[in-house]
Amino acid sequence: MTGTIITIGFGLAVIGAGIGVGYIGGKAMDAIARQPEAVGDIRANMLIMAALIEGVALIAIILGYIS
Amino acid sequence: MFSVFAQHDDHNHAEANDSGHEENCGIEHHEVADAYNPGGVAFHHISDQNIFTIGPWYFNLPCILYAPEHGWSFFSSKKFHVHGTHGDGTLAFDGYVIHSGVVMRVIDASFPMGEVEVAGFKEGIEVVDGTEINSYSVCYNNELYKLDQESAVDGGLFKRGITSFYDFSITKNVLAMFIVALLLGWMFLSIAKSYRTRVGMAPKGIQSFIEPIHNFIRDDVAKAMIGPKYERYMPFIMSLFFFILALNLVGQIPFFGNPNVTGSLAFTIVLAVFTFVVTNLHGNANYWKHVFWMPGIPWPVKIILTPVEVMGVFLKPVTLTVRLFANITAGHIVLLSFIGLTFIFGDMGQSVGGGVLGAVVGVLLGIFMSGIELLVALLQAFIFAILSASYIGAAVADDH
Repeated sequence: MTGTIITIGFGLAVIGAGIGVGYIGGKAMDAIARQPEAVGDIRANMLIMAALIEGVALIAIILGYIS
Repeated sequence: MFSVFAQHDDHNHAEANDSGHEENCGIEHHEVADAYNPGGVAFHHISDQNIFTIGPWYFNLPCILYAPEHGWSFFSSKKFHVHGTHGDGTLAFDGYVIHSGVVMRVIDASFPMGEVEVAGFKEGIEVVDGTEINSYSVCYNNELYKLDQESAVDGGLFKRGITSFYDFSITKNVLAMFIVALLLGWMFLSIAKSYRTRVGMAPKGIQSFIEPIHNFIRDDVAKAMIGPKYERYMPFIMSLFFFILALNLVGQIPFFGNPNVTGSLAFTIVLAVFTFVVTNLHGNANYWKHVFWMPGIPWPVKIILTPVEVMGVFLKPVTLTVRLFANITAGHIVLLSFIGLTFIFGDMGQSVGGGVLGAVVGVLLGIFMSGIELLVALLQAFIFAILSASYIGAAVADDH
């Protein structure tokens, strides 16, 4: 079997981002269930936070590429 | 350096094989191509090209090329006489050839200038400094000449190296950008005109389609993120949102050239640099104080926090760049892989039943993926706009 260990790093980065985005999504659903009238604000903030978490995973992938 | 040695090896190799293959350097024709390579096919389709394809038709685009030892070259990609389905040219012009729709340059100085006929292309893998890169050669007069990599703007960051020529051509991505920019310009000017002429009346036609989107961007993105000074930045945020959205959607039209503009790093880097420049030029004293010496926290923490904040200033555009690029590119690769199932299941035409099964599965998954991609196209345009707005908002906010 051949390959590089970088691939494992990609997987780990994705796991981290998955946990983060899942946590944000779950909490946002909780918040919407509790306050359905604030759904617009919660959704916008949820997307921003998810994008920021995703950014960390993307940095990991880029570092994997250039290392 | 390495290329010179490799090229001499190729020459010897080609001469040794002379008796076995006539006039084509041992390059097999595409009818007996090697095993199907889904990754290669996907990357071929998402890369920028010097020809524009609509369905089965080719449209030639102008090539504007510069090589330091040769000077400028202006010509149409018609000169290459592209034929077949792979975008390979049958003619070389001034040392330039077209392979897979991409213009490349022959590095060897002994290659004749002007118009010469070439027999085919050969791909291989070469190890440079421990990393594997693709290497390409062109066959002329039954000798293999090494090709330079396609011109890239990333400074060799993504393993393609610095090239011996610069490609300023109107490629299919550039053409798509022109088309979209003209279309959006015309659309918004006509909408602006109907706002002037129809004062006090209900919106009509495309005006009533764009107005809610405009109001959404104004209220939920610009006003919410930037605050009271939002009006100055509205044109920038709106341009970002609609340009990215339109290019995302154009890239999704089947058989229409598939210009993968928002999935090319060059494009996303430029947009992120715009956001970077706007943010930092308009950043007030309060913003810079928060970057370099965060007020209201003990000094040992400041020593750790300042490098992190300074790094963050540069990481923000990097994440903007990569987020858009990665999301769009990943979507296209997954879609192309699903379509490739037909060929994988069909065993390259050996198994008809497998091919039919693969086609059915591939089309169903492809439709599903296209739906997801429509959502992603909208979401990524929104994310880029709202993150740009939030960075600008942080830079122009008053002390609280």
